[in-house]
Amino acid sequence: MENKQTEHVNPVDFEVRSLDTMCVNESEMVHPWWYNFKYAAVGVIFGIVFIKAEIISWFRIQEMFRLQSFHMYGVIGTAVVVGAISVFIIKKFKIKTIHGEDITFTDKKFNKGQIIGGLIFGLGWAMTGACPGPLFAQVGSGALVILVVILSATAGTWVYGKFRDKLPH
Amino acid sequence: MIETITQPWPWYTAGIIIGLIVPALLILGNKHFGISANLRHACAACLPSNIPFFSYDWKKEIWNFFFVGGILVGGIISTLYLGSDEPVIVHPELAKELANYGITDFSGMVPAELFSFENLLTVRGLLIMIVGGFFVGFGARYAGGCTSGHAIMGLSDLQWPSLVATICFMIGGFIMANFILPFILNL
Repeated sequence: MENKQTEHVNPVDFEVRSLDTMCVNESEMVHPWWYNFKYAAVGVIFGIVFIKAEIISWFRIQEMFRLQSFHMYGVIGTAVVVGAISVFIIKKFKIKTIHGEDITFTDKKFNKGQIIGGLIFGLGWAMTGACPGPLFAQVGSGALVILVVILSATAGTWVYGKFRDKLPH
Repeated sequence: MIETITQPWPWYTAGIIIGLIVPALLILGNKHFGISANLRHACAACLPSNIPFFSYDWKKEIWNFFFVGGILVGGIISTLYLGSDEPVIVHPELAKELANYGITDFSGMVPAELFSFENLLTVRGLLIMIVGGFFVGFGARYAGGCTSGHAIMGLSDLQWPSLVATICFMIGGFIMANFILPFILNL
């Protein structure tokens, strides 16, 4: 786990990442790697919910897009309401992380990618019946062929990165 | 109690728990919920190829690999120990439509007649798994996030670009499911 990658770090590192990924972490604290298991624990809970509420079911996604079931709308709607209240409380009371660091938010900038990319993502979502999170839970549920779908999605990500400058934003 | 857990969970239970993942990740370490970013980190880790978009210190994002690893393990635990063996209840209209395409097995999370290694060699399987997967990865990154990053995290933070993205996700999905997928499934 030595830092062979550090030579890749360029001055625009933060900008490049914050522009396109939700996961910007500029934490100054250095924790042992196994601290990351706390995120794995949250992931386990998430994975269980995915399966138990059939969110990763291809059939549920088809029903959603055919307006045959309220289930997925209920799940996403409730999640957004709970998430929004949580974010509001965190901002209002300036709640810090368990390590005493500030919790920060970055505003998202609008660009055409959210429309074009969003539409393409939607097409793929209805085909595979899964967005990226559920794909991992599907593999866990025993559908090993979904690894191929994840690989293909990674290839899609790579191709986007490769031709990013030529695409309208 | 066990009975309650092994039954399929209602939408409000799932929605509340998923919503709580947002503050959980923030409070555990100022992490923003977003799963498709992992695919980018995987590219940055394995095949950066001097592409600026992948030239960053992916090790700072390693927490997210742990997170998706957890999702996978959660899937295993849930399937092995918390499952009910009953097949997914499918809306009768959908069941009727799918029967036309030869999809009648509702026992798994994904239809076995579509998602299998053998089907990778059929046109319909190739389109759904490979092209569909490619669209998911390409589109999510182009849009700057997927359902978790935009629809849940972004909307929770009241970011209007995330609302635009979410609406476009839904439009794309509607078009595919209602107008294009029937042709693909007929192949």
